[in-house]
Amino acid sequence: MTTENKIDTYRRNFVGGAAALAAGVTIAPGVLLSGVAQAKPADKAVDSSVRWGMLINANKCDDCGACVSACNEEHGITGFDRPKTDPQWIRTVKLRDKTTGHVQTLPVMCQHCETAPCADVCPTGASFRREDGIVLVDKHICIGCRYCMMACPYKARSFVHEKLTDQRPYSPRGMGTVESCTMCVHRVDNDEQPACVVACAGEHAEDSAITFGDINDPNSEISQQMMKHGGKQIRGDLGLNTGVRYQGL
Amino acid sequence: MKVVFREIEGNSMAFAGLLGILGLIVAMGLGAAYFMEHNGHHVTGMSNQIVWGMPHVFALFLIVAASGALNVASISSVFNRKVYKPLARLSGLLAVALLAGGLMVLVLDLGRPDRLIVAMTYYNFKSIFAWNIILYNGFFAIVAVYLWTMMDRTVNKYSKPAGIAAFTWRLILTTGTGSIFAFIVARQAFDAAILAPTFVIMSFSYGLAVFILVLFAAYKWTGRPLGDVVVNRLKNLQGVFIAAVFYFFAVYHLTNLYATEHHGVESFILSADNIYSTLFWVGQILIGTVIPFALLFLPATSKSRFWIGVAALLVIIGGMAQMYVTLIGGQAYPLVLFPGHEVTSSFYDGVVNEYVPTLPEILLGVGGFGVALIATTIGVWVLRFLPESLDDSVVDPDHHKAA
Repeated sequence: MTTENKIDTYRRNFVGGAAALAAGVTIAPGVLLSGVAQAKPADKAVDSSVRWGMLINANKCDDCGACVSACNEEHGITGFDRPKTDPQWIRTVKLRDKTTGHVQTLPVMCQHCETAPCADVCPTGASFRREDGIVLVDKHICIGCRYCMMACPYKARSFVHEKLTDQRPYSPRGMGTVESCTMCVHRVDNDEQPACVVACAGEHAEDSAITFGDINDPNSEISQQMMKHGGKQIRGDLGLNTGVRYQGL
Repeated sequence: MKVVFREIEGNSMAFAGLLGILGLIVAMGLGAAYFMEHNGHHVTGMSNQIVWGMPHVFALFLIVAASGALNVASISSVFNRKVYKPLARLSGLLAVALLAGGLMVLVLDLGRPDRLIVAMTYYNFKSIFAWNIILYNGFFAIVAVYLWTMMDRTVNKYSKPAGIAAFTWRLILTTGTGSIFAFIVARQAFDAAILAPTFVIMSFSYGLAVFILVLFAAYKWTGRPLGDVVVNRLKNLQGVFIAAVFYFFAVYHLTNLYATEHHGVESFILSADNIYSTLFWVGQILIGTVIPFALLFLPATSKSRFWIGVAALLVIIGGMAQMYVTLIGGQAYPLVLFPGHEVTSSFYDGVVNEYVPTLPEILLGVGGFGVALIATTIGVWVLRFLPESLDDSVVDPDHHKAA
């Protein structure tokens, strides 16, 4: 082997080594991070063994508004004194039966449908349903076309009509995108209950109107309650198999 | 006589003025879009209840008219009607231009128009909207190829297959546009399969009306001859399309009226004291259907270019009214969440949603028309889209001889 050839070999080895190092530096954080992530149960990928849901007892709701305030506080939803364009993730609806005159109030929010019309119509896939049943909007790929708002049978979605400030870091929002109840996914992923559920329990103690839990688990409180007293869907005729169910409707 | 295509001269002050006015209209539309995007949509009349407003009325009209404008070319290439052949190039140009105008409005009204690239790269294939994005892009490509086969003698032999492809594509495209509404199960006024073919037939009528006006203007302003053979064919076709649109809407409303669950929305559109029933009866039916149909066939007016032009203009006005009723009326009527109940809430449950379009929305919409017309004007100026003469002797020599 001549000296020139040797130099070529050194060069090759050096370039090869440098490339390997560069690749290592690029990939390692991802690999390491995923290794760390797997070690933390809270960061485990969601799967369909769980389906998060809520059961709302309309007979217990007294229109106190605690759930609405808690949601606004949790997600930093502040209005601009423009009711037509201000976002509302949860609202209390007052019903009066036209025949009997019976009056009820109940909270209505995203019903977290199994076959969500919003996710069906979304052109980019920004509206999606997590494996555990929570319907969300990926704010990074929402183009603000509002087709999901046309398609939602529950009027559950709001479009952000103006600039936002002081956002909650765990609940990103943005002008020009559509948003709705996230079932407080940031809390659920940390083994906590959604803000509205906690607020309702705080207001009414044992007589809380909202129960949160895994409706796939037959032993969960929500499943037990539904088994005993049923859990109706709003617009059940649409067959959307909602994750939010109602008693006393 | 042979049909000779030639660019328009475009060296008059009037032509410069036309370009200037259209340019101003486009600029105002762009300015309005910037204003809306900069401030957020709260400066428009749209809200969380009326999520699609005036820009969508314009955009839908333009998109629907785009596919309809291609019909004249289709009749010549697909159905071998020779009289329409000299008109085919303009028909293709107008189709592309109208679609560009409509899409501009649609895109600039998005909450995040800067993310257009996302819409082009992330597809949810269950979404009719996603299909439409593909259909619109495909329409541009297919019509461009179709125009090329018509305008380049070396590839002229492919113009028939290209025409068939474009015709098929446009039928699918308008079906897709209609399906945006037909597939919305939640809203009383939508959720009807008949909306898809209705949009197709609407496109025939609105697209032809725009075509007739552009053709009349182009030939009048350039002083080129336009014979009665072409005008009469287009006039009769327009009449048939007006009647067909009426038929489809009659079926839509009659089937809805039969179903008790739709009585509410039908009386809201047809007989309530609101802007929608006024626009339906006065705008869509009287101005957009009865009067133009009469103008096109009454002996006193049917021979007059002026009245035929007026009829085409009325079809467009009626078409805009119809889009407004279909789109805004369909959203203004409250969603029924709890049948059999009266409902109230802080989020406008159970009430008729109000909508008052604002100036920026209207300017953006009109800007879409501006884009369509300026593109057409520049098109006929730089390329050979328009025959030098559409005189009867050129268009239909046999007819001429017989006469």
